[in-house]
Amino acid sequence: MKEKILDMLAEICEDDIVKENLDIDLLKTDLLDSLGFAEMLALIEEDFGIVLSPSEFQREDLSTPAKIIEIIESRG
Amino acid sequence: MTLYGGYLFYTCLILALIPAILLGVMQKPLRLYTLGISIVFICLVLAGDIKQLLCFSGFFLAELAIVKGYLLLRIKYGRNEKLYYITVFLSILPLILNKCSPIFNLNVFGIIGISYLTFRTVQMVIEIYDGIITEVPAFEYAGFILFFPALSCGPIDRSRRFHEDWVKVYKREEYLELVGTGLFKILLGLIYKLILAVQFYKWMGFFDGNQWYCGIGYAYLYGFYLFFDFAGYSMMAVGTSYILGIQTPDNFRRPFIAKDMRDFWDRWHISLSYWFRDFIFSRFIMKCVKKKWFDTRLQRASAGFIVNMFIMGMWHGLTISYLLYGLYHGVLLALTEIYQKKSQFYKKNKDQKAYRFMSWFVTLQLVMFGFLIFSGKFVEILNLGGN
Repeated sequence: MKEKILDMLAEICEDDIVKENLDIDLLKTDLLDSLGFAEMLALIEEDFGIVLSPSEFQREDLSTPAKIIEIIESRG
Repeated sequence: MTLYGGYLFYTCLILALIPAILLGVMQKPLRLYTLGISIVFICLVLAGDIKQLLCFSGFFLAELAIVKGYLLLRIKYGRNEKLYYITVFLSILPLILNKCSPIFNLNVFGIIGISYLTFRTVQMVIEIYDGIITEVPAFEYAGFILFFPALSCGPIDRSRRFHEDWVKVYKREEYLELVGTGLFKILLGLIYKLILAVQFYKWMGFFDGNQWYCGIGYAYLYGFYLFFDFAGYSMMAVGTSYILGIQTPDNFRRPFIAKDMRDFWDRWHISLSYWFRDFIFSRFIMKCVKKKWFDTRLQRASAGFIVNMFIMGMWHGLTISYLLYGLYHGVLLALTEIYQKKSQFYKKNKDQKAYRFMSWFVTLQLVMFGFLIFSGKFVEILNLGGN
């Protein structure tokens, strides 16, 4: 599961660094903007069948790979 | 009486806020009182026009019925797309009729704050569909929709954020801090609106010709006028909210220092652009990803920006100027996205001081040109050029 999520993130952010550093701040490093954020939610729904609403979270709630994994796993 | 205009309003506001402050200092909940004075203010604003008052009440009850009714359907039938689309359509129908009425020369649903009230309601329908709103107490809904400080022109609060403050009873020190911030915002808002905006408005008169070069001065003065007028209004609305214990989000954050167009929309009319981001842009992009409507990310992003901003233009009004304004910003955001993703020059130089300065300067010109379109002056100048 974790690996699958990281692969998806690497594809969206177009950078493998997200697999190596799970605490990297995706917002400050410009790796995940509003576009990537929306794409990520769509893929989470498609790949894992988990519906996350775009207005459900503050951007900061999903600002690192670790936080994203935690939220998906808690819903799975 | 009009909201944030005239001595009568400010006198009533002071009179209404004194008991609120006393309640807050005594660490009592402000909910009931806030709803009460909201209703009083709405009645005062609409007092001269019984038809408006009836229209407003009807609109409020209809929207409440839609939200409540949809919640029941959602519980019974789950995430049913068809029901969801019908409900969204019904909840924005009054706004659509209102925006279309100039076309048919009718004046229906001319309700105060209808655009902003619709934003607040339809957002709840969407979040009910997504399953993050599971109950809608009528009393709290009334408090949220009728909340008078932000009634007619925003900022657009979210119901779940509002809920947190609505049910909160502040400790005395915490509340006094809110009052302090609130008063400061109200005073600064007054300076913005009654001194600076008025001054810029006067200066706009110098550039009232229809020659193209008048447009340049007009664009700048109009842009500053619009900012100080609207930001002043917003600040007073936020300040008043604070005193009532509701921390309504800020609407402007120094927009004229924006370093690119995206940054500008993070700073200008923030509650609106974030609303559009969460409820239109993100959902459109998600739909595109799932349905595979576009081949590349850039195409998807560009379409997203243009659709998003065009709807924003439509929402302002169905006139050529507003539609053009929306389209203009949509295309600019799309071009910004393409440029920042593709250009090696950008990637190499974006952190250089000189580049940042140029980027700011160009952004400011683009923003000001946008205001010229928004003001209607641009279309006016074009028409004359055509004759």
